[in-house]
Amino acid sequence: MATEILMPALSPTMEEGTLAKWLVKEGDTVQAGDILAEIETDKATMEFEAVDEGVIGKILVPEGTEGVKVNTTIAIIGEAGEDMSATPAAASPAPAAPVAEAAPAAPVAAAPVAPVADQGPDWPEGTPMKTQTVREALRDAMAEEMRVNDNVFLMGEEVGEYQGAYKISQGLLDEFGAKRVIDTPITEHGFAGIAVGAAFGGLNPIVEFMTFNFAMQAIDQIINSAAKTLYMSGGQMGCPIVFRGPNGAAARVGAQHSQDYAAWYAHIPGLKVVQPYTAADAKGLLKQAIRDPNPVIFLENEILYGKTFEVPDLPDFTIPFGKAKIARAGDDVTLVSFGIGMTYAMEAAERLAAEGISAEVIDLRTLRPLDYGTVLASVQKTNRCVTIEEGFPVASIGNHISAYLMQNAFDYLDAPVINCTGKDVPMPYAANLEKLALVTTDEVVAAVKSVTYR
Amino acid sequence: MAAKRPTPASSGKTKAKSNVSPDELKKFYREMLLIRRFEEKAGQLYGMGLIGGFCHLYIGQEAVVVGLEAAASEGDKRITSYRDHGHMLACGMDAKGVMAELTGRIGGYSKGKGGSMHMFSKEKHFYGGHGIVGAQVPLGAGLAFSDKYRGNDRVTFTYFGDGAANQGQVYETYNMAELWSLPVVFVIENNQYAMGTSVQRSTKSPSLWERGAAYGIAGEEVDGMDVLAVKDAGQRAVAYCRAGKGPYILEVKTYRYRGHSMSDPAKYRTREEVQEMREKRDAIEHVRQLLLTGGHASEDDLKAIDKEIKDIVNEAAEFSKESPEPPLDELWTDIYADA
Ligand SMILES: Cc1ncc(C[n+]2csc(CCOP(=O)(O)OP(=O)(O)O)c2C)c(N)n1
Ligand SMILES: [Mg+2]
Repeated sequence: MATEILMPALSPTMEEGTLAKWLVKEGDTVQAGDILAEIETDKATMEFEAVDEGVIGKILVPEGTEGVKVNTTIAIIGEAGEDMSATPAAASPAPAAPVAEAAPAAPVAAAPVAPVADQGPDWPEGTPMKTQTVREALRDAMAEEMRVNDNVFLMGEEVGEYQGAYKISQGLLDEFGAKRVIDTPITEHGFAGIAVGAAFGGLNPIVEFMTFNFAMQAIDQIINSAAKTLYMSGGQMGCPIVFRGPNGAAARVGAQHSQDYAAWYAHIPGLKVVQPYTAADAKGLLKQAIRDPNPVIFLENEILYGKTFEVPDLPDFTIPFGKAKIARAGDDVTLVSFGIGMTYAMEAAERLAAEGISAEVIDLRTLRPLDYGTVLASVQKTNRCVTIEEGFPVASIGNHISAYLMQNAFDYLDAPVINCTGKDVPMPYAANLEKLALVTTDEVVAAVKSVTYR
Repeated sequence: MAAKRPTPASSGKTKAKSNVSPDELKKFYREMLLIRRFEEKAGQLYGMGLIGGFCHLYIGQEAVVVGLEAAASEGDKRITSYRDHGHMLACGMDAKGVMAELTGRIGGYSKGKGGSMHMFSKEKHFYGGHGIVGAQVPLGAGLAFSDKYRGNDRVTFTYFGDGAANQGQVYETYNMAELWSLPVVFVIENNQYAMGTSVQRSTKSPSLWERGAAYGIAGEEVDGMDVLAVKDAGQRAVAYCRAGKGPYILEVKTYRYRGHSMSDPAKYRTREEVQEMREKRDAIEHVRQLLLTGGHASEDDLKAIDKEIKDIVNEAAEFSKESPEPPLDELWTDIYADA
């Protein structure tokens, strides 16, 4: 049976090309794989091969023809002795794909949501509390989850025998053994990839980065492998993994060891991103992260590790993702922050109260999913908003919240939203400059005075 | 050299053993032919604009996956790069689902959301389909880690190219795989080119598998145009891993006949070089001759197989055209698994 040879698309962008040269003539017998012609695309001259064996019946487009559209019939091929003189009337276009149904409303990340603050308690009223450091809370979270799920293991540099570079994994090697508390060589890209593969294989790895600065070595595995595979596999291959470790500036460690990656990771669909402030949140959110079937970026902070907070004295509790906390209620202005940024926000609120300005402080706790409802409800009440974070200013979390509020609460705003962030400079070493480079409580107070016109 | 380099690796090369049954030979013929015909069809559909983007064909390399799958057992895992169609067909994934993924349709393995480079099958233990050169290597070691952690005797085949063999993460992985005795077979598919860069232009190392020696990993070089030799080496590698001895490297010397992807001007090698491989070393022709000269099959028997394969491929192509594009709400699904 005669078949038409169509002008091929030879690159992802080719729409037409030049039929530069025929390497066969009418009557030639060709085998699959034989070069039929040379075709010039916008990028290169390419050889075009036969896919089937047969005899060239008719050449319909002579060599040297320019602007031959993809899918135009350029020749007829058939079996020996077959009559192929009948020229097809016109080029046969490739069959169009059956049409999909109409587009549903797009659930964009920052779509309007109801201005509702879900402020149900994180644990039952009257729960006894105990005092714990963030460090202890994180360790307990891992230990508790490792006790109930054998598939949970911890991997990272110095997590075992050294007991953790920042002592977060203290005691875990003793309790769980070297099979589940695994010291790795200094090889972030490699061990992050191995952990992601282990998660594809059905385990629940916790990967500790000695600090998140070093996770840049592993960023490809975090983004391209962990975050995107569920989607690329049409839902088949999930990646239940936690990447955790200290993030952001510590103290006097210079530019390469002092970066807040909140905005980097919050940018990525497929990741969940957590940045807790208190010990109770650190514990409840880390337990939640370990149970979550998705890749979770859990951003801790070295300066907060030693801070003590009240933690519920419960055998088991978790805090859901996407639920911000109103850390302090107020009426005049909304302060939105997360992680160590909360230190400045809370200090500023205290100072502002002394001056008669009542600030509501929202601790986002998770950046993806982000609790837009709580922010929106608060801003509709206060009509003013200041965001606080230690990260760089360009494309920051604060920028995103400003854009969201402009789009969804424009009529409620009595002043532009101000983003208090770290400065747009690499972190300097000198003590005075480092202080200047970070966000300060003074800046937060000044921003609030600006948006409240005081 | 690696102290535990196994026999018979003194020369680093293996000879085919002809301890293969006629039925298995026919099976090899059928499986390799399926890959070749499937890829030819994919190239054709690409030319018609039904497949878009990057599309990397496996034509010429068929003996590698077919030989290694013959050495695998149920439950073993495999993972590879973007040049993945052959691996999927060889591990038993359905040609229709693979082709429909190439055309971006709902009937594809990833519902049309992955494309040529990103397909997966939990059922067949096929873990992708990865577009970042070298990234699948630690992922494969991680899959092997999960089996070792569970205490079973599964092995993971981790395929990568000669170009990928220059990525740092490969050596990070070698180090940990040997350190932790992970049951992973690293398969370097040395088709002698990374896009337009020949191995000679990218490294001074005389052989890629020997780099494993620096980490204490055993391995060998294999003739990848001889499916029997591949199976033989694969069995050795698998036995080594299953015995708990750690990883094993197979550098399989092969050749891709087509361009790197569909838009390859092929100016970095001569037509004669390609023609020579096709005519003198073709893996399918090799098995065909073994079948005919050994009296295991007649021309007619082989014609019948050709016809059978052609039908499978045509059916896959039809399916890939008829299957609808994914419904638009698929844009927003599979980003997160339900907690
Ligand atoms: C990290 C990365 N760098 C570059 C590319 C672009 N690229 C895709 S395939 C390829 C060549 C790889 O060659 P090889 O590993 O030998 O595999 P082969 O294509 O021969 O199967 C390159 C450079 C990529 N996808 N990922
Ligand atoms: Mg190559």
